[in-house]
Amino acid sequence: MNQTIRFTLNGKPVSLAVDGERMLLWILRTELGLIGTKFGCGEGYCGACTVAVDGQAVRSCQTPVKTVAGKTVLTIEGLEKNGRLHPLQEAFMKHDALQCGYCTPGMILTAYTLLRSNPRPRTQDILDALENNLCRCGAHNRIVEAVQEAAAVMQGAGSHEK
Amino acid sequence: MKNDERDEYIPENTLSRRDFLKLTGGGILICVTFGEAALLQEGQRRMGGQGYPEDFNAYLLVHPDGRVTGYTGKIEMGEGIINSLPMELADELDVRLDAVDMVMGDTELCPWDMGTFGSLATRMFGPALRAAAAAARAVLVELASEKLKVPAARLATRDGVVFDRDHPSVKATYGELAAGKKIERHITPKPSPKKASEWTIMGKPVFRRDARAKVTGGALFAGDVRVPGMLYAKILRPPAHGATLKSLDTSAAEKVAGVRIVHDGELVAALHELPDVAAAALGKIKAEYEPSPSTLDDKNIFDHLLKVAPQGQVVAHGGDLEAGKAASAATFDETYLNSYVAHSPIETHTTLVRIEGGKATVWPSSQTPFRLKEEIAPLLGLSAANVRVISPFVGGGFGGKSAGGQSVQAARLAKITGRPVQVAWTRPDEFFNDTFRPAAIVKIKSGIDAAGKIVLWDYAVYYAGDRSAAHFYDIPNHRTVAAGEWGLGGGNSHAHPFAVGPWRGPGSNTNVYARESQIDIMAAKAEMDPLEFRMANLNDERMKRLLRVAADKFGWTAAATPSGRGFGLSCTDYNGTYVVTMAEVGLDKATGAVQPKRIVCAQDMGQCVNPEGAAIQVEGCCMMGLGYALSEEVHFRNGEILDLNFDTYELPRFSRMPRIEAVIVRDDEHPPSGGGEPAITNMGAVMANAVFDASGARLFQLPMTRERIKTALEAAVRT
Repeated sequence: MNQTIRFTLNGKPVSLAVDGERMLLWILRTELGLIGTKFGCGEGYCGACTVAVDGQAVRSCQTPVKTVAGKTVLTIEGLEKNGRLHPLQEAFMKHDALQCGYCTPGMILTAYTLLRSNPRPRTQDILDALENNLCRCGAHNRIVEAVQEAAAVMQGAGSHEK
Repeated sequence: MKNDERDEYIPENTLSRRDFLKLTGGGILICVTFGEAALLQEGQRRMGGQGYPEDFNAYLLVHPDGRVTGYTGKIEMGEGIINSLPMELADELDVRLDAVDMVMGDTELCPWDMGTFGSLATRMFGPALRAAAAAARAVLVELASEKLKVPAARLATRDGVVFDRDHPSVKATYGELAAGKKIERHITPKPSPKKASEWTIMGKPVFRRDARAKVTGGALFAGDVRVPGMLYAKILRPPAHGATLKSLDTSAAEKVAGVRIVHDGELVAALHELPDVAAAALGKIKAEYEPSPSTLDDKNIFDHLLKVAPQGQVVAHGGDLEAGKAASAATFDETYLNSYVAHSPIETHTTLVRIEGGKATVWPSSQTPFRLKEEIAPLLGLSAANVRVISPFVGGGFGGKSAGGQSVQAARLAKITGRPVQVAWTRPDEFFNDTFRPAAIVKIKSGIDAAGKIVLWDYAVYYAGDRSAAHFYDIPNHRTVAAGEWGLGGGNSHAHPFAVGPWRGPGSNTNVYARESQIDIMAAKAEMDPLEFRMANLNDERMKRLLRVAADKFGWTAAATPSGRGFGLSCTDYNGTYVVTMAEVGLDKATGAVQPKRIVCAQDMGQCVNPEGAAIQVEGCCMMGLGYALSEEVHFRNGEILDLNFDTYELPRFSRMPRIEAVIVRDDEHPPSGGGEPAITNMGAVMANAVFDASGARLFQLPMTRERIKTALEAAVRT
């Protein structure tokens, strides 16, 4: 049954007439054309489809779109502001924290929600937050370094060289 | 929101190969053919490719604006040649790196290529590209000599400018020289690339040029390509390999608005303009199957494989095995087992096919775009010339995207429906249809004399093939036999209950695990430190040097095993790339859990084009390799694949991450060799040897799951 669902997507209001039981991932990728959010496993195990809903990391492949009505959704496309990349994006580039790049949007969004709730994470906090995001290329060490650096930059501590 | 109004994402290559070769845009085109590239031609023949009437190993175009485009049939799947190939080109041509664009994996524009695998891009394609760049530079110097009226011998090049050495203000840019020209050169050069000491770009770290697209969500993968009118297809998957369709009821699925059901032979699909609606419709199809006749499972498979093993081939031998036995003070007779392992790229196999006006365009996630074109054309009733494959970024391959069943499905469905069709496998589809790394067996009989010298080595590998099978130690009496291979069903179509194929470092993961475990077993018996034992049994100075480099970095100190420290060591030669890996692990003896603490991996890959890229590949190999060493195993029973998602199939995660230090040894004496695979092949042995050193438990089967480690610990206590 189609219903009208309104939410805020990357800072702008969206109104859709869709079946509210359909998963957010497919609405984002198909109706809304935001292809940065990736399909990986379809059952919430891999984290490639992670987006932030009201600042919390959620698996968009497991999130019926009706559940985000009235909420704020952030995808990888929404992190860049006025042509400036988010510190996490900058740090992922600087640390070469990716290879094939397919898990990268989900990694960055998960890290984004971590830093929002925990701006000074210990290394163990980062490992715990990213535990259920899978990277097959093995960029793990560099991803952790990138999140550490982004945290430092966002704290205003400037670039900390490891 | 910049993307919401777009309903099409199509990569931008619009120039056809024919137009391109006609040089409609002007400029200087250099085509290179290596007459002696026998291996490339052999590969081409083996893949059934006819090539083009005028085929080239590489070409590049110097545009009238001074920019340069390099063309390669290879694809980018994370291995980083999107960086290293332009570095090679720019260095040889003397242009700035940012003046070079690469077109990759477009069969209409790029020279024929057998595929991106085997760590071959730098070893095989690099020299052709560099020769093309060197030839282009020579043409530019020639043109400049005419234009500037300066003898060519006095001219030098730098940053896209040709200048008079004696009067540097007398100069011309490459753009000025190429403007208004239509020069096409076909050359068969002796490769005469710059010496490593003359490199200005290669050999220095460079960060990824695709990083920005990948951190902003803009990078296009196959599933992101969209064309008007396209349908998304979901494919009905049988419950088991060997199961046959008995009855099919699609009536409920057909009631879904806008759905189209296709039943063509064994192919059953639900198609819709929305991918999730197609999946929901597929779920309403009722199908009954005759069960698979297979009685194999992940436990009885090894006996079965040995029973049906094809005849072995001797791949190396020397001395006399009987003499070796006689000289042995102690002999060792061991069997090593490897389980089936999945590729599990996070991007599942995905392809979009559009047929329009008698031509087809294919956007696949594939490591083999040219082979795919030949495979798809007959299905569509088209000549291969009318099929164009355009390669988006590939979200991980590891050998698994050399095979492309999803592309065949998409092509058939596009033909049947008359609409563009995307097939994106679900994760269970991906596990079910994967061409797994084959289960394999290695049997080794070896012996040492009273002084700890290896005097006997009788090695037989089943189903992993001969890569890295032959040892490199100084052993007087030895034989290596390989029965079956990692591809082509292992040489016997009844051997494996499902498809197998190349998996990052094909065959070598199995062979190195067995060889380097056996070496450590002998070292332990000789009560020698594993590093000293290897040094004493090696003549290869290059390997000995690398062992010393790794030991220094790691802080290896001599101790007989098991020392309780949890130190492990493995070394190998992978097609000319030498790798030494040392690791320290923690072992929880109560649970059997292994925690890798740190890894040092030293690699000698000859001349290194991009040290940063090489280090990243080494790190990735170490991390990925922890999976097949410790947790990854495909469980199956009677044709049914029991692991269909990441809940039971355990990839390495952040909690398992050790500190990894990659050491790329400077070696300008040897030509560049590959770096995408070698380091992963040490991971089974280095972990097995570290577990033994921690506990005295020797593991003869990978992966070393907690249960297997607990069983081995109990056995170690009993003995």
